[in-house]
Amino acid sequence: MGDFPSRSANANAGGPGVTSRHAGSAGPGVPPIPPDDRLGNRPPLGGGGALPTKARFSMESGFRGLSTAAGAMVLVIIVAIAIFLVSKAVPALSANTENFLTYKAWFPNEAEPRFGIAALAFGTLLSSVIALLVAVPIALAIALFLSHYAPKRLATPLGFVIDLLAAVPSVVFGLWGRDVFSQPVQDFSVWLNKYFGWLPVFGGDGPFGRSILLGSLVLAIMVLPIVTSLSREVFQQTPGMNEEAALALGATKWEMIRTAVLPYGKPGVIAAVMLGLGRALGETIALALTLGTTFTISFNIIQSGGNSIAANIANTFGEANATGRGALIASGLVLFAITLVVNMAARAIIYRRREFRDSAA
Amino acid sequence: MSLLERESPGVVMTPDHLRARKLPVVADLGIAVLALLLSAAVVYGLGLGNWVLVIAFGVVLYLAGLYFGASRIEGKRSARNRAWRSLIYAACLLAVLPLASVVWTLVSKGAARLDGDFFGSSMNNIGARDPNGGAYHAIVGTLEQVGLATLMAVPLGVLGAIYLVEYGRGRFALTVRFFVDVMTGIPSIVAGLFVLAFWVLIVSPWFNDGTPRFSGFAASLALTVLMLPTIVRSTEEMLRLVPGPLREGAYALGVPQWKTILKVVLPTALPGIVTGIMLAVARAAGETAPVLLVAGGAAAINMDPFAGNQSSLSLFVYQQAGDASKYAPDRAWTAALTLVALVLLLTIAAKLLARRNRLS
Repeated sequence: MGDFPSRSANANAGGPGVTSRHAGSAGPGVPPIPPDDRLGNRPPLGGGGALPTKARFSMESGFRGLSTAAGAMVLVIIVAIAIFLVSKAVPALSANTENFLTYKAWFPNEAEPRFGIAALAFGTLLSSVIALLVAVPIALAIALFLSHYAPKRLATPLGFVIDLLAAVPSVVFGLWGRDVFSQPVQDFSVWLNKYFGWLPVFGGDGPFGRSILLGSLVLAIMVLPIVTSLSREVFQQTPGMNEEAALALGATKWEMIRTAVLPYGKPGVIAAVMLGLGRALGETIALALTLGTTFTISFNIIQSGGNSIAANIANTFGEANATGRGALIASGLVLFAITLVVNMAARAIIYRRREFRDSAA
Repeated sequence: MSLLERESPGVVMTPDHLRARKLPVVADLGIAVLALLLSAAVVYGLGLGNWVLVIAFGVVLYLAGLYFGASRIEGKRSARNRAWRSLIYAACLLAVLPLASVVWTLVSKGAARLDGDFFGSSMNNIGARDPNGGAYHAIVGTLEQVGLATLMAVPLGVLGAIYLVEYGRGRFALTVRFFVDVMTGIPSIVAGLFVLAFWVLIVSPWFNDGTPRFSGFAASLALTVLMLPTIVRSTEEMLRLVPGPLREGAYALGVPQWKTILKVVLPTALPGIVTGIMLAVARAAGETAPVLLVAGGAAAINMDPFAGNQSSLSLFVYQQAGDASKYAPDRAWTAALTLVALVLLLTIAAKLLARRNRLS
C-alpha cells in the first residue's frame, strides 16, 4: 500500500489559529434565492440553504449504479456458469446408461451413451498432486532465495524472469514437453523401471514416455512461477524486527528463516500451494499434448497413459455429438466444482490474514 | 552450558580464539571434486547409468560430504545452515534448466519457417505434402478475438474496481471482492464450456436460423470471462494507491464524487491500470482451450469475428502439433515463437510501464 492514508488523519488542519484579521464575520454570505425562483417554492433553509439539493436522478447516482452493476457482474457470471453448465449437462446425464461417477470409459457418442468420470478424475488428481510434490519444494526454495539469499542486483532480474515464465502460454509448454522433454523423461523412466521396477509405481513393461510422469513434470514447470511469486511476496513481508531479533539471539541464517520467516508465511504459502493446485487441476492443452490418453485407474506413473478431465475435453470435443457435448460439459461441471472449492479454500485462508489480503494477487 | 565447559583453562581470549572456525574454501572445492570422482567411479564401475546420473549422484555426495566436514569443523548448527543454503541454490539452478531449454528450442526450431510466406498466407488448400502455408489467418483471429475481449473486459473490469474501491461498503462488497479472487482461478476450459453452453448452443441459433454457429466473438466472450477478474484485481490495487488527500481536495472544491473519480483518481492511477490490462491481454492471447471449444478453428482467412469459424495463434500451434504432415512441426514451432514473442512483448512493455509508475 502507499504511504498515504485513504482519508487524511488530521482532518481539522488549520484549527483555531486564525489571525485576528479574519476573526470577524466573513460578510453577509450568499443571498438566499428568492422563493419564487425555486422549484416547489420552498422557503430558504438556514445554513446550507443555498447549496443545490440532492437530485433524484443525477450523474452521481447513475455512475454509482453503473459501477455497482459492473461489480455485481462477477457474481452474475459465476452463477451463470453454474446454471448453464447444469442445464446442458442434465440431458446427457439422464441419457447415460452407466453410473457417471464410477464408470471408467468414455463412449458418449454411441446410441446407448456410456461414460463415467472415475478414470478422468483420478488422472486429474494424480497428475496435479505429483506436479505439486515436485514444484512446491523448488518453488519455496526459489522464493527464499529471491527474498533472503540473493543480492538485490540478482534478485530483481531473476524475479522478472520468473514472472515472464508465468506468461508463457501453456500450449508452448505442451509442445516443448511432447517434442523435447519426452525423450529425457523416457530415458529416465526406463532407468527407473530397470532399478526400481519392484515398486508398483515404477513397474510395468513399457512402452514408457508419454506418461503421467511427463505430464506432471510439465505441469510442475507451469505451476512453479505462480507458487514462487506468491510465496516470495509473503516471505518479503516478514517483519524485519522478527528477523533481526532471531539473528541477535545468535541464530544462523537458516535458523532465522525457520523460526521467523516460515511460521509467519505459513498461511500464505498454504494458499499459494492451493492456488497452484487450482491451476494444475484446470490445465488443459499441456496435458492434452503430453498424456497418452488411456481410461484406466493405475498408480503406475511411468507407463504411457493417463488422462485428465480437461485434456479429455480438448481431445474428444472434435468428434462429439449433442450427447457427447453434454457429457463433456458434465465433466467440466465436475472440474468447475473442484476448482471452485480449492480456490475458495485458498482465498479463505488468505483473507483470514489481513496482512496478505492486499498484496497476494 | 557446553561453551563454558569446553573452555580449557589458561587459554587467553585473543580474537583468534573468539572467532568461529570456518571450513576453508579449499576443503569445499576438494569435497566437490572428490564427490564427482567417487560418483563417476560408482556409476560407471557398476554400469548404473550415464553422465546425468553422475552429476545427480555427485551433487548428493557433495552435500553429504559438506555437511559432514562442516559439522566436524564448524559445528552442527553451522553445517545445517550450509546444507540448506546449498539446497536452495541447487533448486534455483534446477529451475533455470527447463526455462533455458524452452527458450533454446523455441529459437532454434522456430527459426525454420520464419519467413514472409508464414506471415502472409493461410492454411487454405495446404495439403499434407505442401511445405508452405502460414499463420496469417491465425494472427488475424488472435488480434480480433483479443481486441474484442479487451473492449468488453476493460470497461467492466475498471468499473467493477471503482465500485470496490470508491463505493463498495459492507457485506456485498466483501462478497464481490472474494468472488473476484475466486474467479481468477477458474480454468480456461470451464470458461470455454460456459460460452459453448450459453452463447454457441443457446443464443447464436437466434441469429442463425436455428443452427448453432462457432464464431470468433464467442471466443472473445470466453476470454472476457478470463480477463475480467485479473483486470478488476490489478485496477483495484492501483486505485487504492491513489492518495486520499487528492480525493478530499477535489471534494473540498465542490466536485461531485463521479467527476472526482473520472478526472482525478483514474488519471492518477492510469499507468498502473494500463499495466494490469496489458498483463491480462498477454494472458488471454495465449489461451488455447476456449478458442478450441467455441471458435472451432479454420484453415482459411476469416475477417468477420461474428460469423463462422476462426482460428487463433495458440489454436494453430495446437492443431499443427496434432497434424500428421512432416511439415507441421516446423509450422507449429514458428507459430509458437510468434505467440511467445507477442506475449512477452506485451508483458515486458507492461513491466516497463509499471516502472515509470509514480504510485507504487
